[in-house]
Amino acid sequence: MDTVLFTFYGYELHVSYLVGAVLYVVLAPFAGGLIAGIDRKVTARMQGRVGPPILQPFYDVAKLFGKEKITVNNAQDFYVMCTLIFMVISGVFFFSGSNLLMMIFTLTAASIFLVLAGYSSNSPYAQIGAERELLQMMAYEPMVLLSAVGFYMACGSFNVGDIVMSDAFSFKYLIGMFIGYLFIITIKLRKSPFDLSMSHHAHQELVKGLTTEFSGRTLGILEISHWYENVFLLGFIFLFFARGSLPYTILGVAVVIVCYFVEILIDNGYARMKWQFTIKSAWIVTLIFGGGNLFVLYYLQPILAR
Amino acid sequence: MKTMASITKSPWIIHYDGSSCNGCDIEVLACLTPMYDVERFGIINTGNPKHADIFLVTGSVNEQNIPVVKQIYNQMPNPKVVVAIGICATSGGIFRDCYNIIGGIDKVIPVDVYVPGCAARPEAIIDGVVKGLGVLAEKQAALAKGIADPTVSGAYRYENGTYDGDGTFLPEEEGDTVIAAAEPQSTDDENGLRVKPAMTEEQEVDD
Ligand code: SF4
Repeated sequence: MDTVLFTFYGYELHVSYLVGAVLYVVLAPFAGGLIAGIDRKVTARMQGRVGPPILQPFYDVAKLFGKEKITVNNAQDFYVMCTLIFMVISGVFFFSGSNLLMMIFTLTAASIFLVLAGYSSNSPYAQIGAERELLQMMAYEPMVLLSAVGFYMACGSFNVGDIVMSDAFSFKYLIGMFIGYLFIITIKLRKSPFDLSMSHHAHQELVKGLTTEFSGRTLGILEISHWYENVFLLGFIFLFFARGSLPYTILGVAVVIVCYFVEILIDNGYARMKWQFTIKSAWIVTLIFGGGNLFVLYYLQPILAR
Repeated sequence: MKTMASITKSPWIIHYDGSSCNGCDIEVLACLTPMYDVERFGIINTGNPKHADIFLVTGSVNEQNIPVVKQIYNQMPNPKVVVAIGICATSGGIFRDCYNIIGGIDKVIPVDVYVPGCAARPEAIIDGVVKGLGVLAEKQAALAKGIADPTVSGAYRYENGTYDGDGTFLPEEEGDTVIAAAEPQSTDDENGLRVKPAMTEEQEVDD
């Protein structure tokens, strides 16, 4: 039933992968927008407020697309568009079961285009935001790469499809990676205490950081690319639990929901930290949990298995 | 039509404190607290004019903040609405006769909704913003026809003359025509809020 369309250097394109990719491109914005809406609602409830309607992020983006087009230069719009395109591509790599490393590199490309967009405006606030975005990338990038390596060690493949279908229960081998990934996903989801580059709550400090000079349509496109991004960041959490069977799928989805709730809790419980803290803490966590886990997989497991 | 509805569902505000006594500012911020929670209406307090739809000004204009008020106004993308909060922002209020006070916000930028009160209550402020939403929807429709709010220039009017924006003050002389549009054509609604009608096609300004 799951026919292989073609094989390319060990990567088999299944029909189901193709369906996954198409579903991602079509449905991720809706899922991402809904997640953002639920996020805002839950946040409001945690603060004892009623909060906006669940569909508020969609209203926001619809409004942004109706605003007058003001742009400081055309390069900026181009870069933001590239961010969206590369974000979608990395999601497609992920949901079509292809290479995890490819996904990570396209994801990095998307972030780099965002930084370029910030720099291109020449506004001091956007530049500070862009610098901070770069620092954030430096903070989370090692851990993302390490977890890809971890998946290879645990399942014997970089291909998401193989990892999902593999017999190994990745989480068992990658508990350290999982903790590390949870730590850096706080940076990726732009949550406090690591919302350095474009926080809604940092008016006095950097206006709106990286996005200061974006308005209307451009900001709307960026918002949509965040939705795409969040969906596959959460998909990555799911990957730790995926094993190609229903109970594990349910477990995975449950863990994703719990993790996101914890992220919202952390977001509301912490003030914004300095960038020095972000880098230091992220690298220390990467070293201890990511590196430690890798050490165990590489040296101890063969000994124990003997 | 879809976007016309959406702008009223997602008004992002920017708040600027002119020469207010901070009374009105506290009330504006009170709107954001759990007690009043304006995010219910999708309202977000942005610190960035380029993201904002509604400009909340408290306090009156003085010599020093004229360029700031204009800058913020000009940087906001259309459609946009200005809401003057408190009697200071409406007419100068108790500071009206101070040597440095020029008057209400409408001396320098077009104001759409006036929320009187000293200080304006959070309920009145929310009411004013909601009034502004109606104007915002009208302006969105006007924008579709190519009518946008003007970019305000460096010049502004005093009670007794005009400042040309380059450091020259031109005193009002006998026989000067006062431009009719400078007078706020307003109607009082049942809540005592003065609502200026949206721009008509005759008032269209080329930029
Ligand atoms: S209206 Fe009253 S409370 Fe508001 S800024 Fe003026 S003096 Fe202060």
